[in-house]
This record gives sequence, structure tokens and C-alpha cells, in this order.
Amino acid sequence: MFNSKDALMAEQPGSSQMFRQKRNANRHEKVIQGGLFSCATLSILTTIGIIVVLLGNAVYSPGKRTAFFEEVSVSEFLTDTRWKPEERSAAVPDESGSGDESGSESEEPRGHFGILPLLSGTCMVAVIASLVSVPIGLGAAIYLSEYAGPGERSFLKPMLEILAGIPTVVYGFFALHFITPWVLQPLLKHVFGVEIGVFNVASAGIVVGIMVIPMIASLSEDVLRSVPGSLREAAYALGSTRFDVSMKVVVPAALSGILAAFLLAFSRAIGETMAVTIAGGHKIMFSLNPFEEVRTMTAFMVHQSFGDDSANSIQYKSIYAVGLALFLITLVINIISQWILRRFREVYQ
Amino acid sequence: MTTERASTKSGPSGFSFTLGNDAYIRRRLLFSRIFAWLCRLATYAALAMLVVLLISVIVNCVGRLNLDFIRSVNSVDPEKAGMLAGLWGSFWLILLTGLMAIPIGVGSAVYLEEYARDNFLNRVIKVNLSNLAGVPSIVYGMLGLTVFVRMFDLYGGPDQNAKIISLLGGAVRIPIPLGDKVLAGAMTMTLVILPIVIIASQEALRAVPSSIRVASLALGATRWQTVRHQVLPAALPGIATGVILAISRAIGETAPLIMIGALTVSRFCPAGIDSPLKLITQPTRILQAPLDQFTAMPIEIFHWAKQPGDEFRPVAAAGIVVLLLVLLVFNGIAVWIRHRAGKGLRW
Repeated sequence: MFNSKDALMAEQPGSSQMFRQKRNANRHEKVIQGGLFSCATLSILTTIGIIVVLLGNAVYSPGKRTAFFEEVSVSEFLTDTRWKPEERSAAVPDESGSGDESGSESEEPRGHFGILPLLSGTCMVAVIASLVSVPIGLGAAIYLSEYAGPGERSFLKPMLEILAGIPTVVYGFFALHFITPWVLQPLLKHVFGVEIGVFNVASAGIVVGIMVIPMIASLSEDVLRSVPGSLREAAYALGSTRFDVSMKVVVPAALSGILAAFLLAFSRAIGETMAVTIAGGHKIMFSLNPFEEVRTMTAFMVHQSFGDDSANSIQYKSIYAVGLALFLITLVINIISQWILRRFREVYQ
Repeated sequence: MTTERASTKSGPSGFSFTLGNDAYIRRRLLFSRIFAWLCRLATYAALAMLVVLLISVIVNCVGRLNLDFIRSVNSVDPEKAGMLAGLWGSFWLILLTGLMAIPIGVGSAVYLEEYARDNFLNRVIKVNLSNLAGVPSIVYGMLGLTVFVRMFDLYGGPDQNAKIISLLGGAVRIPIPLGDKVLAGAMTMTLVILPIVIIASQEALRAVPSSIRVASLALGATRWQTVRHQVLPAALPGIATGVILAISRAIGETAPLIMIGALTVSRFCPAGIDSPLKLITQPTRILQAPLDQFTAMPIEIFHWAKQPGDEFRPVAAAGIVVLLLVLLVFNGIAVWIRHRAGKGLRW
């Protein structure tokens, strides 16, 4: 924005006092710019901090402590379908009373640490959330961009934003105390004759879906609105109905942005924590049945942080490994979504 | 390409347009109308969910939400459990978070929008920001746990072995490592909302027309003078709106606080300040509060919602209503600022 070199830098022959003033002002400017720059670097430091913390506890630890993957192999972590860290204390019953400190030193069998059960829960939540949020979010986006008048829009948009502003614990409560007992349980009982438990992945997935509807709706609406009106008018001139214009012209033209919105919502659903912790249940098991209670990666991290395992125990370190997996999954999805936006953006004059 | 497909479809009845065979056209129009209704249905279904959510919470809290609920602390007895400790915990947490996140966030945005040249480092910062905004908040919790609460275990274990740094003649005693204190929570929360504050402030700054800057510079103002006296005041409503939305996010955020080990059940307000009056009568405690243990409103709600059985359900619902009311106040302020700013638009 400011390409010209600062005007004050230009040295003018004149009173030396004026020159000193300018030099002071210049130093002042430099200090402020430096301060603002250091604020901006904090975001870089945060990223570095996240990576160092996760890698330092999960992959390689410089000190005496061993990192998670120095005790559990990566292939076991990625392929084992069991997550049973407590099996060790069951195998060595006499050690359970002797305190946690000695636990990690011993070379006893140390249970199973396969992330697949946690991952299956997370994926189910994210898929169910997408099934709920994609049709509704996209429908709302099309309605807001193509059908709603300005008055209706100015009412609907803030309302949808409220949905996004509700804290996730509230959605957890809603899932546990409304969706499961008043929607899922009666529905499954009367229609399919199946009884389901208080905790289930389906209710968690549904509320996470509700949570990300506004995100999909507003991101998709933005790209739909950025499709120029001339395209719509051309389609109308050729005899298209409003459906043809929306679904055959506008949506295809904005497809990359819509896809990016879906991916962002999916990654948000994967990282969602409180609703799935409250409503998802306790069992850690590999399952693809959405009416079962299954613990997700994030819910596992929350529960493990409540535990009183010592900082040296492998249980404690396992949250860093799961956190690393979570961070990498969401990061990859976010990067893909940004790449799609950049790569396939249609530019209209 | 889409129009071609449409015309081939209408091929068999291609001439019928003028001949008045409108069965085909009518079918298409009907289809179009159904689609419009489906879209409308989707939109209002989302709103209906909001309404159902609010109703289900309010119905559950009836009979439990009263003034005593915000005047008493948590209890194992669902009849006596209250939210006072969470309210004060959230108050201190949000106060400190705001004090850190707002200057840093707005400063970063000013740097990126007003100062940064288009070089490698600044591009990295910008790309990094959008990635940070997508990092799950629980990961920030792990960062806070390791860096702020435990300080990489470089200074021994928490609490008992902690070194104490005394400031202001012993009035402030900062434990190193910080431990699960309000300050550690606020630092973590600052990192969580920083990307939101920065991105919102950037948008607000971008909306200020560059003619304002050019005019100010042409009159001999330095770059900082331009930012300080022209650009920031003009962008202030937008920045304030973004900041308030970020703060509301921080109020409802739970996962990072649980990760850093904030108390789930606490009967004490930080530093024992349990009424606004004590802020005045015992001002020395204000300095202790940031270094005390704490719980927060959403953590208490989480705790109540997780309790087995139905006894704590009304308590959780009452907590949610209080939390939503607090959020409503914050968002009301944001709407009001936006409304006022819209009136005084100068360009």
C-alpha cells in the first residue's frame, strides 16, 4: 500500500532541530513497526509451538523421557484395532498399588494402542454430521442466494449465525437430553424395534451436523453470490427455470467454493470435542455402528486428561499421539480445501 | 454446456413451445417450484432446530433457574448447586484473555494490513493464520498444558516444587511452572481466539478506503500517525464487532480449559472474590485472582450434563440459560456497535 519510502527519511538541509525531530519520529516509527511485527510473529510461534509440543511428546523427546512412538511403533498405532492401555496393570496386578512412577520403567507388556477404534468414532461423527449438514447447509445457501429477498435474508442470516454461536457444550446437552430420548430412541423403537442406549454416536453426529450448518451455508452462499448475474440472465434468456439456473448454472460455477466449504465443515466436525464427549459415550471400540457408544479421538483426549496418570506414563503420552493424529488430519483437510479454492477458483470479470 | 443439455432435452417437443403443448413446461416449472420449497424448507429447518434447542433447554431449566443459582457455588446436591464459581472464573478468564488477545490481535492485523510488504515471511504469516483458525481447540489445550501449565517440565513439578517469583513487593507471587491457574487458561484461550481476532480486524482494516491513508500521508503524517488517528478509528466498529464475537467464542469454549486441567468442580471463586463489592473492598485480591485455580461456566455445564441420572439435568439447563444470556449480552453489544457505526458512515 505504501510503496514510497518514508518521506521523513529524505534528509533536507535546514535547521538541525527539525532534523533531530524527524530522526526521533523515525525511531519511534521503527519501534512501533517492530512491536506490531512481533505481534504478528506470535501466530507463527503458535504453530511452531503446537508442532514442537506434539512431536516432542509423541515422536521424539530430547530429555530422559521417552516419547510415545519410541515405546509404541507407528505401525501398531495405525493398524491395531484395540485401544486398551489399562491391560498392562491387569497383567501386573502387584504393581497397581505401588504408585504410578515405577510404571513406565518396567518392561511389561503395555497393552494395545491402536488408533483405529478412536478414528472409527471420529469418522462416524464426521460422516453423520456431513449427512445432516450438507443438504441442509447447501439448500439454505441456495435459498439465501437465489430465492430469498433482501428482507428475508437480513432476518435469516443473523439467525443462522446464532446457531453457529451457541457453545458446543450446549449442543452436547441437546444431544444427550433431547435428540437421543425424544428423537432417536422413539424413532428406532417404533419404526425398527431397536432399543438404543443413552450414549450413541448418531446423536453426537446429528448435533455436530447442526453446528456446522451455518458454516456451510454462509461459506457456500458467499461463493454462490459471487457468480455474476450475467450467467443467470443468460440462462433465463435460454428458457431455463429457476431450478435450472440454480442447479445447472450457478452451483456448478461455484462448485469449488462449495467443496471447500464442505471440507472445512468436515474438518471442524472431526475436531469437535465437547458435544461428542457428552453424547458419544465411553466405550473405546472399533465399530461402524452409529447407534453404539464409541469414544472419538477428541473425547478420548478429554477423558484421559481427567485421569490421574503420571506425566511419564504411556497413557498420558498417548494423548499427544492422538492429538498429533488429530492435528495432522485436520491440517491436511484444511490445506486441501484451500488448495481447491485457489486452484479451481473461477475468475469473472 | 448446461444450456445445450437443456435444449436436447426439449428436443422432442422443441417446436411445441409456440404450439401450446405446455405439459412439458408445466412439469419443469412444477419441478422448479418444488426445488424452491425444498431449499426454503432446509433453511427454515435449520432455524427450527435452533428453536427446538432453545425450547428444550428452557423447558428443562424451569423450576431450577432462580437468583440463588447465580448466588451459590457448585454442590453435590442438585437442589443447591449454583454457578457462582463458574461465573467468576469465566469473568477473570475472559478479562485476561481480552487484555492479551485484543492488543496482540489488532496489532498483528495492523502489521499485516498496513505495514507488511509482500515478502516470503509475511506470506507465511498469512497462510499460517488461515491454518491456525482451522486447528481444533483441543490441540491448543495441549499446547497450553505443555507450555504454560507445565512449562515443558523444565522447572520441576506443579505446585509443590514450583519456584515462586515475587513481583510488586511480594503482592504478586507467580509460580513457575504456572500450573492450572486462570493466567495459564487465559494465555491458552488467547491463542485459541487470536486467529479470529486477527482475521476479523484485517477485514475491518481492509474496508477502510485507501484514500483516507493517502490523504493522511500526503499531509505529512507518519505511517503510525495515519494508522493511529485515521485508519484505526475508522475501522474500530468492525474491529470491535469481530473482537466481541471472538470473546463470545472464548466464553463458550470448553475443551482447551479441560485439557489444561481447570477444575471441573470448584466451590471457590478465584481469590475468594465472590461479589463485585469485594473488588472494591479488597483490591489486593485482584492481583491474586489471575494466579488462583478456577473453573468456568461451560466446564460446570459439562460436568452437570455428564452426571448420570436426571437430577442434574435441570441444573445443566439452568447453567446453559445463564451462559446463553451472557452470550446474548455480548452479541447484543456487537449488534449495537454495528448499528451505530452504520449510521455514522463517512464514505
